[in-house]
Amino acid sequence: MSPVLADVLQVTALIAALALVHRPLGDYMAAVFQSKKHLCVERWIYRSVGADPDTEMRWPAYLRGVLVFCAVSVLFLYLLMRVQDKLPLSLGFRPISPDQAFNTAASFVSNTNWQSYSGEVAMSHVTQTMGLATQNFVSAAVGIAVAVALVRGFARSRTGDLGNFWSDLVRCIIRILIPGSIVAAVLLIAAGAIQNFGDIHHLTTLTGQQQAISPGAVASQEAIKDLGTNGGGFFNANSAHPFENPNGFTNLLEIFLLLVIPFSLPRAFGKMVGSVKQGYAIVAAMGAIWFVGVVAVTWLEYAHPGTASQLAGGAMEGKEQRFGEGPSSLFSVSTTMTSTGSVNSFHDSFSGLSGGVLLMGMMLGEIAPGGTGSGLYGMLIMAIIAVFIAGLMVGRTPEYLGKKIGTREIKLAACYILVTPALVLIGTAVAMALPDGKDAMTNIGAHGFSEALYAYTSASNNNGSAFAGFGANTEFFNTTLGLCMTLGRFLPMVFVLALAASLAEQNPVPATAGTLRTENPLFVGLLVGAMVIITGLTFFPVLALGPLAEGLAV
Amino acid sequence: MTTDIKMQKKQEDAMSTTTPTRAPHQDVPTGHTEEGRVGAGLFDPKQLVRSLPEAFRKLDPRVLVKSPVMFVVLVGSALTTVFSFKDPGDWFGWTISAWLWLTVIFANLAEAVAEGRGKAQADTLRKAKTDTVARRLTKDGKSEEQVPGTELTVGDLVVCEAGDIIPGDGDVVEGVASVDESAITGESAPVIRESGGDRSAVTGGTKVLSDCIVIKITTKPGETFIDRMIALVEGAARQKTPNEIALSILLASLTIVFLLAVATLPPFAEYAGSHLTMVVLVALLVCLIPTTIGALLSAIGIAGMDRLVQRNVLAMSGRAVEAAGDVSTLLLDKTGTITLGNRQASEFVPVQGTTEAEVADAAQLSSLADETPEGRSVVVLAKEKYGLRERHQGELAQAEWIAFTAQARMSGVDVDGRKIRKGAAGSVITWVQEQGGTVADDAHTLTNRISEAGGTPLLVAVEDTEGARVLGVIHLKDVVKEGMRERFVELRGMGIKTVMITGDNPLTAKAIAEEAGVDDFLAEATPEDKMALIKREQAGGKLVAMTGDGTNDAPALAQADVGVAMNTGTSAAKEAGNMVDLDSNPTKLIEIVEIGKQLLITRGALTTFSIANDVAKYFAIIPALFAAVYPGLDKLNIMHLSSPDSAILSAVIFNALIIIALVPLALRGVRYRPMSADKMLRRNLGIYGIGGLIAPFIGIKIIDLLISLIPGIG
Repeated sequence: MSPVLADVLQVTALIAALALVHRPLGDYMAAVFQSKKHLCVERWIYRSVGADPDTEMRWPAYLRGVLVFCAVSVLFLYLLMRVQDKLPLSLGFRPISPDQAFNTAASFVSNTNWQSYSGEVAMSHVTQTMGLATQNFVSAAVGIAVAVALVRGFARSRTGDLGNFWSDLVRCIIRILIPGSIVAAVLLIAAGAIQNFGDIHHLTTLTGQQQAISPGAVASQEAIKDLGTNGGGFFNANSAHPFENPNGFTNLLEIFLLLVIPFSLPRAFGKMVGSVKQGYAIVAAMGAIWFVGVVAVTWLEYAHPGTASQLAGGAMEGKEQRFGEGPSSLFSVSTTMTSTGSVNSFHDSFSGLSGGVLLMGMMLGEIAPGGTGSGLYGMLIMAIIAVFIAGLMVGRTPEYLGKKIGTREIKLAACYILVTPALVLIGTAVAMALPDGKDAMTNIGAHGFSEALYAYTSASNNNGSAFAGFGANTEFFNTTLGLCMTLGRFLPMVFVLALAASLAEQNPVPATAGTLRTENPLFVGLLVGAMVIITGLTFFPVLALGPLAEGLAV
Repeated sequence: MTTDIKMQKKQEDAMSTTTPTRAPHQDVPTGHTEEGRVGAGLFDPKQLVRSLPEAFRKLDPRVLVKSPVMFVVLVGSALTTVFSFKDPGDWFGWTISAWLWLTVIFANLAEAVAEGRGKAQADTLRKAKTDTVARRLTKDGKSEEQVPGTELTVGDLVVCEAGDIIPGDGDVVEGVASVDESAITGESAPVIRESGGDRSAVTGGTKVLSDCIVIKITTKPGETFIDRMIALVEGAARQKTPNEIALSILLASLTIVFLLAVATLPPFAEYAGSHLTMVVLVALLVCLIPTTIGALLSAIGIAGMDRLVQRNVLAMSGRAVEAAGDVSTLLLDKTGTITLGNRQASEFVPVQGTTEAEVADAAQLSSLADETPEGRSVVVLAKEKYGLRERHQGELAQAEWIAFTAQARMSGVDVDGRKIRKGAAGSVITWVQEQGGTVADDAHTLTNRISEAGGTPLLVAVEDTEGARVLGVIHLKDVVKEGMRERFVELRGMGIKTVMITGDNPLTAKAIAEEAGVDDFLAEATPEDKMALIKREQAGGKLVAMTGDGTNDAPALAQADVGVAMNTGTSAAKEAGNMVDLDSNPTKLIEIVEIGKQLLITRGALTTFSIANDVAKYFAIIPALFAAVYPGLDKLNIMHLSSPDSAILSAVIFNALIIIALVPLALRGVRYRPMSADKMLRRNLGIYGIGGLIAPFIGIKIIDLLISLIPGIG
């Protein structure tokens, strides 16, 4: 079988699997967040933290829940890393430095999972499981909870109540993420990923050198790493490591895992607002961008000019022989567009233009399909912007799902779309203006600039993947990237929750023939067009100086 | 449409509102003209020149700061000018500065032109508002005193005689007079104003032509209708509407995004080995921020109000105009809006044993003494349908005419030993029985049939040698205006529901509703019913528009999202509504909705166009800035612009010229036709989205070609 045919079959199989699963999973998630009943274990959790899961929260209360919970998480994670040497199962690792501990705590709590450390040589078993793996669950659940609150804003009317944060958080973990991860972990173990709490093996290689092989609860962390669009690998090599991602099947499974919740949430959204068609429109916009990205990167990698590349059948530098061009490209696009950030190849080694596509995937704001929860709310905000402009063109005050997009709504949506471009551009500019930026680059010229741009784009959009060549473990980068991750995660949430409340308070407008329809292909096209143009315009200069300058030079 | 035709049309419109016997088709717009129904608003290039001084006056930063986008351009222009002074030999810096200043001036010009059109109207109004001397009645009511009109207070009683200018807004409390209201309505035919009822309101600045009336002043001087009109048409009272504010916020946030993109560029360029001058950075920024829509936004709003004023509708706030575009339920009064208002004879139906011609002849004879519109229509029908020449009362000697009275509800004639009567069914039956005659059974069947069909039956009876008997029935019908049915179909297509309001019984109402094609009706409607209907619709999230003129309409007018009061109405109604139609033509409600929609569409279309334009500008400027350090980027120069300087300059010039090019569109509004939202979006996205992507590629290329022809450049 030719590699291209194999790639086509893989993508087809992946899409088929997603199409098959998104409906039951979406319906199930909608049911979870609409159910009135609590499970026994959930009641026990509520009692132990002293939360009342049945009180409806207005947006400030909901937001307070999110922020307090995440602040406590950051603090806990920070302390854990600072004292990991004094805890059991430390594997003899030293405590993490303050700036790196802050960076890592911010990174895992914000669902970014940017790693300025190498897991296997820095983090103890306790830090990995109690700290980082736990955050893999809860940070994903926080994102979904905020998305659910926004969906309730559309679904409800004449109320300020957005649901209960504690109940949304706990249900998401207990009923969605844990069962999903167990299934995924079992599949991964069956396919060859490792799972143990052993000690480090010291081996002598054929050339006589010493090598340390780290063991660990890899499969379980791998499962939630992908399912929760986290991306923080157990090993530094992430999904390129054979213990994390041993073969072609696990590779496809991991891609499936990282896409499945983001692509299923629109279905849950459709269910909750009472029109599954609206969900399909959102999924179609997400899918269209993702698919174009996959095709573009795969094609660019195959077509990479140069004798070596063409002899190898494509640009193979930085890619695993086990996977090859297609699966590596598929993984890269999926991971950058889902805010996962796990990698099975070095994005640094992709061709200039491919790197541009990966960057663009993140710059869009992680919405195609985006992170767990954050993808849905990001896309809904973009839909609001698109509806506003298009709605005017049909001669009515714009409305989306029966809710008017007035001054307050557009103000909040505009604030939302300002956050990440501001963080990316200002962050990169500061790094480039100071010597720190140039010192961290391992490449010169346009590619070096792409490395710095990639770092800030990835952190601000909570992706977490890196142009691996970039040496970001310095006080400067740990601090600034940590700030970008925190602000890039929580500022938008403030606007989303405020927006949810303002939508929930409205009296819905019934749809008529004069209402802009938001469930047809025309609107999907408009949504995609508006997103690509607005993002493209914002980042065109930096993309031109990085990936385009490099890619077009060839 | 040429000026002449437009003038003529306006006159027609004006005529149609005062002549009660207007032809049915006159006030229904004649379908789609070239420019669409609400096209209007001509644009004369001379206006640009006339408005230039005003455009310069608006350069004041305190004025411009209200438009964040244009303020950024102003700051940019000032910056480039300062930098050009530092390097006076640099032609490029000077040229860019000049075009940036022009960009701001063009934006001001757009606003000034839009305002200028209102100013002319305001001047005419001011002439009407001359200082008047009022004849105020003293407290005891016995004597008069002369006071200036400006010193009147609410509650004062003033006397106006023929020739007097009414000193302030008020209600007639005594007497009846004909008043010339042309100062406000542009309508020369006088109107009757009388105490009590729904025709008691008078407006300050209008002129009493005959008789003498006593007026109770209801408005403080300075806040009168004419004062408000002047403020409105001048735009002095203009406040940003909710939707305009929302759009401004979006534009401001885009401006911030582009400001960030440009402000962070120097360190990146520095790294790449290229130095960007301030002039180039400002040029890039101005090209990217949405200047096109930013420049035209307020002009679009002013022009929208102006389009209403041109149709003799005064909106008390821009908010009301916007709400008109959102309306999803229209409450239309049957009489005058859907039907012509007068019942008219439509057929003569004989009872058994008589012929239609006999009935027609008797009906005509008996109606000659009936001067009511219904009576006239019988004579007209007899002439049109049966060729019966109208006979004059003097032609028939010894005829005894019985004129129609509201008490008898009959009219007729006694001639040649025949007594002929025509009138309401009950009255005629009683008369026949009094004369000892019998009423044919089918007379009852016929009257019932006509009633059920929504018509009004009039009986025609005769007493002669054969005794008294009923000859037949006249079918009086409410005539639905021509073209209304099509109008309602269009409205349905736009997602607007029409509800007919009538005092008729449900049976009659249903028949007319079906004939006119409205979606729903409210029969035997009381003001309370109307109010309840509005509240019900609003509770369902719908926006409601209605017209009204009576005092009892006032609460409903206030409750409706768009309440259009007729100028002939009471001051209570005018106070309650948020629009006043000076022509008092209720059909205009439909046009008002269309103007509201057109206003929003124009904003959306130009926003889309403005954003789409940026793509081409990047393709011009980015290669110009960086192709020297990264030669690969020259591949982005797909327009093959002649030189980097020329590329940047072309983009800036295009950016400025497109504003002027779009002024006519902003003032006129984009072409509007009633259609579904889907079709409309597809059409406008095609024109302004795709068009906005392509147009600047062509425009910039042409400008670049011209620039490259200038010796020493390019």
